[in-house]
Amino acid sequence: MWQFIFKRLLHMIPLLIGVSLITFLLMSLAPGDYFTTLQQNPQISPETIAKLKAQFHLDRPWYVQYLYWFKSILHGDFGYSMSYKIPATSLIFARLWNTFVLSFFAMIFAWGVAIPLGIWAAVKKDTWVDRSCSLISFAGLSVSDILLSLLALWFAAATAWFPIGGAQSPDHDLMSPLQQFWDFTHHLILPALVLAASDLAGIMRQMRSNLLDTLRAEYVTAARARGLGEGWVIYKHALRNAINPLLTIFGYSLAALLSGAFIVENIMAWPGLGRLTMEAFFAKDSYLVVDCVVMATALLVLGNFIADILLAWSDPRIRLK
Amino acid sequence: METDATISIAEMKHTLSPWRLFWQRLRRRKIAMVGGVILILLYLVALFAGFIAPYDYNHLDTDNSFHQPAWPKLSGFHFVVPRSEAQPGNFAYREIPNDTQPVHFFVRGDKYQLFGFIPASIHLFGSDGNHPVYLFGTDQFGRDIFSRLLYGSQISLSIGVVGIFLSFTFGLIIGGVSGYFAGATDTVIMRFCELIMSIPALYLIISLRATFPPGMSSSQVYAMIIIILSCIGWASMARVIRGMTLSLREQQFVLAARSLGQSNFKIIVRHILPNTLSYVIVAATLSVPYYILGEVVLSFLGVGIQEPQASWGNMLTAAEDVQYLQNYPWLLAPSAAIFITVLAFNFLGDGLRDAADTKA
Repeated sequence: MWQFIFKRLLHMIPLLIGVSLITFLLMSLAPGDYFTTLQQNPQISPETIAKLKAQFHLDRPWYVQYLYWFKSILHGDFGYSMSYKIPATSLIFARLWNTFVLSFFAMIFAWGVAIPLGIWAAVKKDTWVDRSCSLISFAGLSVSDILLSLLALWFAAATAWFPIGGAQSPDHDLMSPLQQFWDFTHHLILPALVLAASDLAGIMRQMRSNLLDTLRAEYVTAARARGLGEGWVIYKHALRNAINPLLTIFGYSLAALLSGAFIVENIMAWPGLGRLTMEAFFAKDSYLVVDCVVMATALLVLGNFIADILLAWSDPRIRLK
Repeated sequence: METDATISIAEMKHTLSPWRLFWQRLRRRKIAMVGGVILILLYLVALFAGFIAPYDYNHLDTDNSFHQPAWPKLSGFHFVVPRSEAQPGNFAYREIPNDTQPVHFFVRGDKYQLFGFIPASIHLFGSDGNHPVYLFGTDQFGRDIFSRLLYGSQISLSIGVVGIFLSFTFGLIIGGVSGYFAGATDTVIMRFCELIMSIPALYLIISLRATFPPGMSSSQVYAMIIIILSCIGWASMARVIRGMTLSLREQQFVLAARSLGQSNFKIIVRHILPNTLSYVIVAATLSVPYYILGEVVLSFLGVGIQEPQASWGNMLTAAEDVQYLQNYPWLLAPSAAIFITVLAFNFLGDGLRDAADTKA
């Protein structure tokens, strides 16, 4: 098991290096940089801009820039954000934390609702329960995060039960820690629900078909033949085996979740990585874009890593291979 | 197929070609057929958008900003539209009683190009300027949302199909090569695929978007979106095709083709890839929505199709303003169009998958 974990961890390093290289190359192909707009400002002399460019190594070829960037990353330093004028490290980690919290709660909502619904639909196959569940999942698969986010904004504005966007109230800094925590949670609920709603359908369908597959298996028939109760057969025999394939889609659902979070963050003004990426993109703050992409990838790769470990833990065939 | 003289006529009726069998199974799935019919209608409407839309996508009617949807009413034997006037200072429109004009069919209106090259000005329906037919209302510039929706469908619907075609062609060839040659070629290609697939899609889309200069023409933007989406989409296709090729290359017909001296390229294209076709068709149908949504997101975020050109994504940008959204909910019309399109693709794709699955 430890060998398995170690091997998977080692696998992540070249992947992240490759991703950062690709993003760096793409950003170097981008026309203009952060200082292009500054050049138009007659108050800033060309010498100042040249000096600033040299300070950020923007006057060097992209691979040299990459090496500088890589060296500072190894020291745990994500550089200095040109547009925000603060060290990028604190910025990135604050935003990463917000995206993580948003995705994490969305995932809990989604799995918490989708698994029981999927089981219910499979047990009541071909009844109105099953049909309405499959209708909901079709609708859920087809509805875009954009529409859901816009509807959530409308809902917040119409009922005033939830704040309209953002992660904290204007007077957040004046609150006691407990109030701050509640304020953050209050802001979190709506975006997390939106994100969960778009993720729910796929998991529910998967759970339903997994359980149906195992219910057809021979050991289930054998259990029934031995005279076990239907509840015992489903929850003790079938369900345990239907959960395994779900762990594999955990990784896929995480990728969808991160892309969904990108949209939700941008519409509902949730200060996460996706929103930061767009802000950095518009400001042409190229290092910050690279940082965001690498961190988002790291989050996804780490999630897949956890899914792999869970899978290996629950299925010995995988860890012994 | 070689027909044996001993096969009776009745038996021959049952030996249908795989495609006929596939079609028979598909036809039995009502929901897939519904999806297919909706899609055919949607694409027909997109094709004739200029003709069906009563106005041009950039027909400004600044006196009628945020006009509510105004449907024609049946009066005697023809349709009439009422005239509405805004209250001074806000956009609360009120119908003026007894002031209606008939809706005419096949009327002359804004110029457009049918199929993109035939100049025309006949529209399916229309009315005079004071009594406009705004089926889905107007936006902040007084542009007819229904007309813009139709023009937008040309972009949003075509991007999905063209994008899929490009990325699946690349995915098929690269996946086929990777699986067929195996070894080092395979390792390099697959590592690269993994790299692309490990970046969350929208982050990669935005990084790719950064490499294009600002101020492109609308057709350049259109091509750019397709290139960006295809750059990402081919990887997952290539991986699956590679897996299928790995097992197909061990089959006897490949050995036969090789011993007949066929070139590797020909074996891949003629013998291996056709065997993956049923999977590819299903995957393509189920992937089109992602391409459509990719365009919508890019345009929505302001880095895709630019105003005044209409796309479903950039039309939704207006709805981002909560105040607009609360007072003029018809701004959400494009999202209904997106929903119906994606749902139809999912219906059809799901039915295709079940029909292609011969085990069931």
